[in-house]
Amino acid sequence: MLSWIWCIPALPFAGFLVLAVFGGRLSRTLTAVIGAGSVGLSFLAAAAASALFVSYPPAGSSYTLLLWQWVNVTGFSPAISFTLDSLSVVMILVVTGVGFLIHLYSTRFMLDEEGYSRFFAYMNLFVGSMLILVMAENLLLLYLGWEGVGLCSYLLIGFWYTDPENGRSARKAFIVTRIGDVSLSIALFIIATTLGTLDVREIAQKAAAMWPVGSALAVATAALLLGGAVGKSAQLPLQTWLPDAMAGPSPVSALIHAATMVTAGVYLIARTHVLFQLAPAVLLAVAVIGAAGILIAGLSATTQRNIKRILAYSTMSQLGYMFLALGVGAWSGAIFHLVTHAFFKSLLFLGAGVVILAMNHEHDVFAMGGMARKSPFTFWTFLIGAFALAAIPPTTAGLSSKDLILSQAWQSGSAGKVFWALGIAGAFVTSVYIFRLVFIVFGGKPRAAAPAGHAAAPAHSHGAPAGTGAAAGRNGMQAGAVMGLPLFLLAVLCLVGGFLSFPQFLGGKPILVGFLQMTLPQGAVAAEASVQTEWMLSIIAEAASLLGIPAAWLIVRMRVRALEAGGAPVSAAEPAHVRFLQGGWGFDWLYDQVFVKPFMLLAKVNVRDVVDRVFDGVGGLNMLLSRGLRWTQNGRVRWYAAGAAAGAVLIVAAVVLL
Amino acid sequence: MASVSPEFALLLAGVLFCLGLIGVIVRRNLLFILLCVEIMLNAAGLAFVVAGARWGQPDGQVMFIFLLTMAAAEVAVGLALLILHFNRRKTLNADMMGGG
Repeated sequence: MLSWIWCIPALPFAGFLVLAVFGGRLSRTLTAVIGAGSVGLSFLAAAAASALFVSYPPAGSSYTLLLWQWVNVTGFSPAISFTLDSLSVVMILVVTGVGFLIHLYSTRFMLDEEGYSRFFAYMNLFVGSMLILVMAENLLLLYLGWEGVGLCSYLLIGFWYTDPENGRSARKAFIVTRIGDVSLSIALFIIATTLGTLDVREIAQKAAAMWPVGSALAVATAALLLGGAVGKSAQLPLQTWLPDAMAGPSPVSALIHAATMVTAGVYLIARTHVLFQLAPAVLLAVAVIGAAGILIAGLSATTQRNIKRILAYSTMSQLGYMFLALGVGAWSGAIFHLVTHAFFKSLLFLGAGVVILAMNHEHDVFAMGGMARKSPFTFWTFLIGAFALAAIPPTTAGLSSKDLILSQAWQSGSAGKVFWALGIAGAFVTSVYIFRLVFIVFGGKPRAAAPAGHAAAPAHSHGAPAGTGAAAGRNGMQAGAVMGLPLFLLAVLCLVGGFLSFPQFLGGKPILVGFLQMTLPQGAVAAEASVQTEWMLSIIAEAASLLGIPAAWLIVRMRVRALEAGGAPVSAAEPAHVRFLQGGWGFDWLYDQVFVKPFMLLAKVNVRDVVDRVFDGVGGLNMLLSRGLRWTQNGRVRWYAAGAAAGAVLIVAAVVLL
Repeated sequence: MASVSPEFALLLAGVLFCLGLIGVIVRRNLLFILLCVEIMLNAAGLAFVVAGARWGQPDGQVMFIFLLTMAAAEVAVGLALLILHFNRRKTLNADMMGGG
């Protein structure tokens, strides 16, 4: 019945192949149809599969499709097989659904760019890899998808490759996530050698049977898996690549660096939750990393000037919530927040994309302003996204997922109260940075006339020579139908998405959470909190979020007044603490000092490779010998005769003497 | 007939051989090199004869007749090549043979 689910990842791959092979010869319309259409069909297939899955639940509430044996070496036999359970059903719906909307948006957004078909080829490859990642039945296949999305992330961050700065950002993202990938692969080696399988369900059974809770192997494996997850999900301490990844086009940021790829780490931890439950210390570390990430990234976001960097730090902060949820055992809450985050963050990125296009690829928020009057549709959808991000009604998306996470954190033991408090602080900061962005960009009067702002814009002014040249003629572009529809649909999802699992004390039903609990454990929550507690927790969280709005307004008013007094925005004269936050708490600086600089120094010292000297020596010796022997081959007959005679003498002497 | 002791005869053969070899190496004129090769051949032939006499066998003299035949053929071919070479290059200098 579900044996055709292979076509869900296959469709985007087919789109990628067609675009990669014939890309240059297809018209833009056809490219758009193939690029977006393949993902759209994939979404339809995913929706049909999900409907079948829900109406006729397979035995054991998961369905596995074995395509073929991948390898078979001494009992170790990973297969190419896809699995459909409640977790992967939710993931494929998000990946293909949000992915399709972003593809649709891109057909218009990228229309004036060089490399239109290249863009869609990469995007399709990404969606295909992501689907493999979430549908993989064993960790080896998951790793294949994991690397595939990493590659696409690299390719798409460096999409405008003519600017070396973009290439640098792409390499940084690739190398930093690679550190996590190495950690993940070591975890896979440990699992494969000790448990003899990479199949997720077999791992769960064998690990629970063979490893006692807190045993060294379980802790090491979970910690290494966590290392992979923090790399992919841009969490401490491997978070530095995400802000730089904003060098890519806005739809890329929406799809890869907000909705899907960066959540792969959360998915990985949820998928291997059994291993984490065997290692409570690592689970605590997950929560700590998440809680620290919420605040560190959130505070950085309050000072950024680049509109996309604000959203990037916001993504890190929201991923922090997901990690926090995983860490306190709110497994389904983390996935629920992943889903709602995919809605509102891609909406925000797509909205930012419209703003950026309207401003001729200007990224500095202080050069923008008054966008509410210029493009009201973008403003309203963006505002809905902002409300959803800050978890404020009337939107429900962020509200119910964050509420679930915070209430579960509150109920998860003594450390839970601390995590809850940090989460509340994070909610306040979230509200501050997103409304600061809204007030600056959409409020007030247009400030684009400040050329000094362009010059002083802190890096990442997108050098897309071909793009900017083509875009020059469409200043003040409106969203348009093709770009407007995804914004509209995502805004609707933000408004009603929370009803997927509306808090029970408000009369809602935990549909999605209940669905996810077919696969994920219920969490550490022993006793259901009373309705009063739930109300109190919600009201406190809501108050924190709402307080952020006036705070943001105050910050913006001070800042804008300073701007208007000083004329052009000043970037050099920021106070030290602001520069500290703008630089992402100095992590880049620290890594530069500790890793990059010593490495570069070593490379410089060793520019004539030490190991190479040995081989050069062998070569040099041979050259010397050859020069010596060449002298004997002089073409003179008498020399040869003498040589033959000398040789004969030597042989005779040897025979006689020995 | 007073017989010559084999030691002396072999010594003579060795001296002759060395003279020939030195001649081959030292002389530049192809004609002289050819002559020196003949000397070396004859030294070898002498050694055969001496050895045959020492053990009272005819084989040494048989070998010498072979050697003579071979030397005649060799000289015929060698001289023909030499003349051909001289006609082409107008020189008999062995050091001028290479390269051209």
